[in-house]
Amino acid sequence: MFSALAGMFGGIGHRIIDRLWRFGSGLRFFAYILIYSGESFRRLHLTIREIYFTGVLSLIIMLVSAFFVGMVLALQGYNTLQRYGSSEAIGVLVALSLVRELGPVVTALLFAGRAGTAITAEIGLMKATEQLSAMEMMAVSPIARVVAPRFWAGVLSMPLLAALFSMVGVLGGYMVAVPLIGVDSGAFWSQMQASVDFKEDILNGIIKSVVFGVACTLIALFEGFDAPPTAEGVSRATTRTVVNSSLAVLGLDFVMTSFMIVA
Amino acid sequence: MSDNIVEIDNLSFGYKNRLLHKGINMVFPRGKVVAIMGGSGSGKTTLLRLIGGQLKPVSGQVKVAGKVVHEQDRSGLQALRRKMGMLFQQGALFTDLSVYENVAFPMREHTDLPESMIRDLVMMKLNAVGLRGARNLKATELSGGMARRVALARAVALDPSIIMYDEPFAGLDPISMAVICNLIRNLNDALGATSIIVTHDVQEVFSIADYVYFVANGVVAAEGSPEDLRKSELPFVHQFVHGEVDGPVPFHYAAPDYRQDILRSRNV
Ligand SMILES: Nc1ncnc2c1ncn2[C@@H]1O[C@H](COP(=O)(O)OP(=O)(O)OP(=O)(O)O)[C@@H](O)[C@H]1O
Ligand SMILES: [Mg+2]
Repeated sequence: MFSALAGMFGGIGHRIIDRLWRFGSGLRFFAYILIYSGESFRRLHLTIREIYFTGVLSLIIMLVSAFFVGMVLALQGYNTLQRYGSSEAIGVLVALSLVRELGPVVTALLFAGRAGTAITAEIGLMKATEQLSAMEMMAVSPIARVVAPRFWAGVLSMPLLAALFSMVGVLGGYMVAVPLIGVDSGAFWSQMQASVDFKEDILNGIIKSVVFGVACTLIALFEGFDAPPTAEGVSRATTRTVVNSSLAVLGLDFVMTSFMIVA
Repeated sequence: MSDNIVEIDNLSFGYKNRLLHKGINMVFPRGKVVAIMGGSGSGKTTLLRLIGGQLKPVSGQVKVAGKVVHEQDRSGLQALRRKMGMLFQQGALFTDLSVYENVAFPMREHTDLPESMIRDLVMMKLNAVGLRGARNLKATELSGGMARRVALARAVALDPSIIMYDEPFAGLDPISMAVICNLIRNLNDALGATSIIVTHDVQEVFSIADYVYFVANGVVAAEGSPEDLRKSELPFVHQFVHGEVDGPVPFHYAAPDYRQDILRSRNV
């Protein structure tokens, strides 16, 4: 009985230490990326290539999702707002929800699923097939050549994707609110223009998406780089990327939102 | 400066708790082709990684060009690695690049050569391994043997002064094998390089090597020129050179007695 209990606590302790250890290695990995980043700016084509893979190829799924999210927001918003006789405010509701919350958060979640998994799997496989070792033996740092460009590509792509997400989402909201429901088009836009503040809303949304970009890309890269060099190791790492990125995004979102609203 | 470009002094290394190398001594003289042979799992690939500075020895040291590898800082290690070319056991081609770009990779990373010059050099290297025609294929579209030949071309792309080959003959047909065999020797002599070949193929490597080391049980079990070793009466060498099953080299990874193992598994 006692030993079983001790074993249980021991197990929990081990897992906690393990997590902390990984978190520490993750931070050290981040520091390395920053140190080796010079390369990815000096040779911009490496980063641009990765922007294509992480950003451009994620575009379709982002935009389609954004359109649907915007349409649903408008439907739900109208349903509630009309009870209070303020259905013209629907444009404000759609725009603020997207710019402040849904744009950055949903983009980051989709990014983790679409680009993050691709990054983890690619780097994990490069490690498993000794490509990273080979690079090291050629006196080329894999962090400078492979990891850093992908990092900056992710960090640059995320705010752009989030901005596009919000834009297309607003468009989706407009399509439902104005042609479908019959809200006045002028009211839709003018109320939105009057109530969306650049610093309060848009800038904060951009800050969020930059932070999510750093978090999601870093997690994806770290999981790939840290994966055991086997098929099973890579597949587990890919799963961990999605789980950890999603948790990180939602947790960070709460923290940042509370600071932004209090401030 | 000594005549040995690589020296391994009393080197010990192990993964986890099992010691794999227990005091290995080897020297690799400039300009020579030296082979390292030994059973599967005897730690030959690991030895190459130690020379390349990817692993740290438990004790002892590896010296490359007079410098102790594991004491180098980052830039020192980079400088040493630029002198080396390594053919990995599995090829390790970059799967997102074409054959051409794979061979051009080290040149692009370490030189400022104009594109026309890179092109000429890549063509030359690919021609030497007989794959000039395959330059536009993706690395993933190659067969195992082709990938290994491309990897060889990449390993020597910058004309390194130390070339390490991990199983260069595995998975090659007899014709390619003979070609690659001669290529290794000719490259070595043309570049004035030093070649380290890890292999199991006794006949091929005996035909080109100047000196051969046999590794077994974590130590150098025998060494000498191919002629000496062919004549050797050491049971160990005899077994290896003539490919006999019975002898002092264990075919099995360290394991409990087979009979015991089977009887025990019945009971569980
Ligand atoms: N990353 C690692 N972690 C733990 N053990 C390892 C690792 N790499 C290799 N080993 C172990 O070290 C031993 C030697 O491996 P190594 O790859 O050096 O053998 P080898 O002589 O090259 O064999 P082969 O001829 O089959 O290629 C093996 O028993 C292997 O199990
Ligand atoms: Mg090996």
